[in-house]
Amino acid sequence: MKYQLDWSVITNNLDIFFKGIYLTLEISALSLLFAIPIGIVFGVGRISKNPIIRFISSVYVEVMRGVPLLVILIWIHLVLGQFLKLGAFWGSIISLAIFSGSFIAEIVRGGIQSLPKGQMEAARSSGMSNYQAMRLIILPQAFRKTLPPMASQFIILIKDSSLVSTISAVDLTLKATNLAALSYRYIEIWSFVALLYFTMTFTLSLIIRQFEKRWLKSEY
Amino acid sequence: MISIKDVNKSFGTNQVLVDINLEIKKSNVIALIGPSGAGKSTLIRVINALEEIDSGEIIVDGTSIHDKKTDINKARTNIGFVFQSFNLYPFLTALENVTIAPIKVKGIPKSAAEKMGKELLSSLGLADKMNVHPSHLSGGQQQRVAIARALAMDPQIMLFDEPTSALDPEMIKEVLDAIRKLAKEGMTMIVVTHEMGFAREICDNIVFMAEGRVVEVNPPDIFFTNPESERAQIFLSKVLNH
Repeated sequence: MKYQLDWSVITNNLDIFFKGIYLTLEISALSLLFAIPIGIVFGVGRISKNPIIRFISSVYVEVMRGVPLLVILIWIHLVLGQFLKLGAFWGSIISLAIFSGSFIAEIVRGGIQSLPKGQMEAARSSGMSNYQAMRLIILPQAFRKTLPPMASQFIILIKDSSLVSTISAVDLTLKATNLAALSYRYIEIWSFVALLYFTMTFTLSLIIRQFEKRWLKSEY
Repeated sequence: MISIKDVNKSFGTNQVLVDINLEIKKSNVIALIGPSGAGKSTLIRVINALEEIDSGEIIVDGTSIHDKKTDINKARTNIGFVFQSFNLYPFLTALENVTIAPIKVKGIPKSAAEKMGKELLSSLGLADKMNVHPSHLSGGQQQRVAIARALAMDPQIMLFDEPTSALDPEMIKEVLDAIRKLAKEGMTMIVVTHEMGFAREICDNIVFMAEGRVVEVNPPDIFFTNPESERAQIFLSKVLNH
């Protein structure tokens, strides 16, 4: 018998999908909130004059880059979940944050290194500390340069967050998995879920593009 | 005011400063000249510790610059530095370039800093460029903003690292005029320059360097008419008779 498409499983369960979207955005946003400072700290750490800081930062970036997110999720869930009594929700956020943070660190490092050396020298020669020069002169310029790759990273984060369902953190993917298991309407549900993820990332993409346009235009 | 004692500095196996000894008095204007690769830029950069030294001591206004115990950030506020390539902050306006360090480093209130910044920029002929970003300024204007930025910290000493070398010929004068004005006001200055006429006109002493050493120190009328060292004679015959 031919499979008959029945989209009522979508229209009848819109509340579940909306809840799923909300949870996915919540997990992504919270992860990002932690990933950005992690990325800045380790990105700056990667080019620190202090060899110990540089070494720690490099180890962090290389390990995160070399281990799959799925393995990090499961490991954090098992190990930290065991000892710190972390639930799946916070385990997911920590995993996504440290994973994404390593990529942001590389973007930040690239942005800083793309600036002429003279910017740092000018700032330091006017009496700014290394920290002041970074915060007031270097990072504001590095951020403009890193906006496009940063935007891609934010989008990747939303997509990667679908993996948290494997440690049974509740998000759009887990909601969809459960609904599909009950209704057997796999094709309709996963088609719709794909559309929802695309809508989220594309909206973000458009917002960032607007932001970029305005910011880069007002520039220099 | 500036005392340089037995300073040595190498980049890898290449020794760029060899046993440098130099005394510069308050309100003196020194031109640092010599062939490229002589170590002029390195010497000026070690004075505010943009480069480390391997041995020796540099004392600026009583502060030992390369002493580990010295608060280098504080010491640097006393030493203005002007770069060959301006190094203005491209995302800030001319006025913001001038005021950011006084506000953030010295803690001067924004309104007072802006008042001072406007006066400085006006005195350098940039009254109508306050709110313009560096990319909309000519090279000469950018370098004058950079001079204002250095002066904004109210330094005792100004260091210029080839301030006109990146400029089109017609803009050199406006930058030299700004430096000339500072000389008249009694600022202590070291200028690395290839502008021999300028060096001759405003400087109290010419410091001639070659191969990392200070070869000759003399007032300009002696240095340019009757240099003591053979190395300076060769150099001058090349640059003055082309």
